[in-house]
Amino acid sequence: MTEPLLQIKGLHKSFGALRATDDVSLTLLPGEIHALIGPNGAGKSTLIAQVAGGLAPNAGQIVFDGVDVTAFGTAARARAGLGRTFQISALAMEFTVLQNAVLGALGASRSVWRFLKPVMRDAEMRAQAEAALDRVGLSDEAQKRTADLSHGQRRLLEVAVALTLAPKAFLMDEPMAGLGAEGSKRMTTFLDSLRADAPILLVEHDMDAVFALADRISVLVYGQIIATGTADEIRANPEVRSAYLGEEVSP
Amino acid sequence: MNREGLINASVYLALPVLALAALALDEPFTITLATRAAILALAAVGLNLALGLGGLVSLGHAVFFGLGGYAMGILASHAQSYAPLYDGWFVVEGTKSMPVIWLVAVLSSALAALIIGLLSLRTSGVYFIMITLAFGQMFYYFSISWPAYGGEDGLSIYVRNSFPGLNTLDPIQFFALVFALLSLVLWGMGRIARAPFGLALSAARQNAARVETVGLEPFRLRLVAFVISGAVTGLAGALFADLNRFVSPTMFSWQMSGEFIVFVVLGGIGRLFGPVAGACLFVLLEHTLSGVSEFWLVYVGAILLLVVLFARGGLIGSLAGREVADD
Repeated sequence: MTEPLLQIKGLHKSFGALRATDDVSLTLLPGEIHALIGPNGAGKSTLIAQVAGGLAPNAGQIVFDGVDVTAFGTAARARAGLGRTFQISALAMEFTVLQNAVLGALGASRSVWRFLKPVMRDAEMRAQAEAALDRVGLSDEAQKRTADLSHGQRRLLEVAVALTLAPKAFLMDEPMAGLGAEGSKRMTTFLDSLRADAPILLVEHDMDAVFALADRISVLVYGQIIATGTADEIRANPEVRSAYLGEEVSP
Repeated sequence: MNREGLINASVYLALPVLALAALALDEPFTITLATRAAILALAAVGLNLALGLGGLVSLGHAVFFGLGGYAMGILASHAQSYAPLYDGWFVVEGTKSMPVIWLVAVLSSALAALIIGLLSLRTSGVYFIMITLAFGQMFYYFSISWPAYGGEDGLSIYVRNSFPGLNTLDPIQFFALVFALLSLVLWGMGRIARAPFGLALSAARQNAARVETVGLEPFRLRLVAFVISGAVTGLAGALFADLNRFVSPTMFSWQMSGEFIVFVVLGGIGRLFGPVAGACLFVLLEHTLSGVSEFWLVYVGAILLLVVLFARGGLIGSLAGREVADD
């Protein structure tokens, strides 16, 4: 069996009496899309925050690419190769689309402590940024102000910035949120092609997308993972059906 | 050149044109007024890096202004009394040389900015404002209660300090020196704003989470910006003290910090020439309105209110429109 790229081992996080993350373990293997699903309030956001580095767990370990990153902050995990996208777009709204993408290339290049050379004239970073915009289909919008983009375009830009980092793994928090049927379909096709770049830990509410994309699915309910398996296994799992999918979803 | 470029050029050239006109008309006081505007502009240009690009509302920039002022005052007073500053294992003499004074002013305010930044940048919003204000008050009361350098009365220097090759007592020559420094700093700030560091700092103001997600640390970016910002304001402090040949605790006062913010807001937050426009407008109003009424600050307050309510981009912003992205 191949070595997992991301290993979450026995993670615990409590807020007072609430166990938001209760002994969660999961792995992300090279080349796969691992979807994390669960009803509202299951603790998905808390778990994502701990994986991304914004929230420290009470117990447990996160190993990324052979390094224990449990004590790393968000920026250090990004430098280690974790490319994160947000549920609610986190972009520099006053920047142009291209500037946002160049910011990603800048982060990846580790050359932020330069004070004189105009960054937008840096051919290498610009090329990286333009390539990423091209891949998500935002080349025509490069000079637009980010605040003027549509919601769907912002979601794509969010992914493009993550692409400029050339990450070893993607951590995506509801990339389909608010996209509508057409946009969702486009994003699904795109993410499908992305797994060749790096594996994706995908938190998503859109079940069509999850079942179309995921190699493995983990179901989180009340802070615990109640099942992990392929799409078919999850569909057939009676515990999952009663806890989450409801009877109206027919496989 | 776009519209903002034209406006910047006119703001930039207004000061030397005024100073030269005053020279031709033999009005030395007007030259001094232009010099004062240029020095205050320099202080506000320093603040603008933290406030405009970094989004750090520092109500403590008078600390650096005052440190620059006292760096000049202390070094020059020892030079004029021939008493060494430190006489122990080695001897430190005072000096009347501007370049040395500037260096000391820049280094001491940079060090102060580093320490204050390390402590205050862990907070944000109103807490950051309050901590920077508290540091300002600390320095203010310390300078009042420290008798060695004049305490509350301040410190007078009889002769303006010297710069190699110039007669600094000649108003137009001193103006030229100040204006050259302002130009150099403006050039540097323009570069910084477009450099990798400037892009990352600006992004950290707009969305700190975004910056972290690309592997950069907002805290470090802000700290470096705060140090550069403090150093520039410190340099302005040394020049301001030299202009007046006098330094007093007033330079440390929170009203001073507030005035710098007013310059930046009046002129246009985050715009390269905003603080220059703001400081010039302020000095102009101060000069014309203080003749009309001793409560002239009321009018300045009213103008500030109008700018904040109806012209959010300040003077530069309302004339030039939304900032055009660099490429």
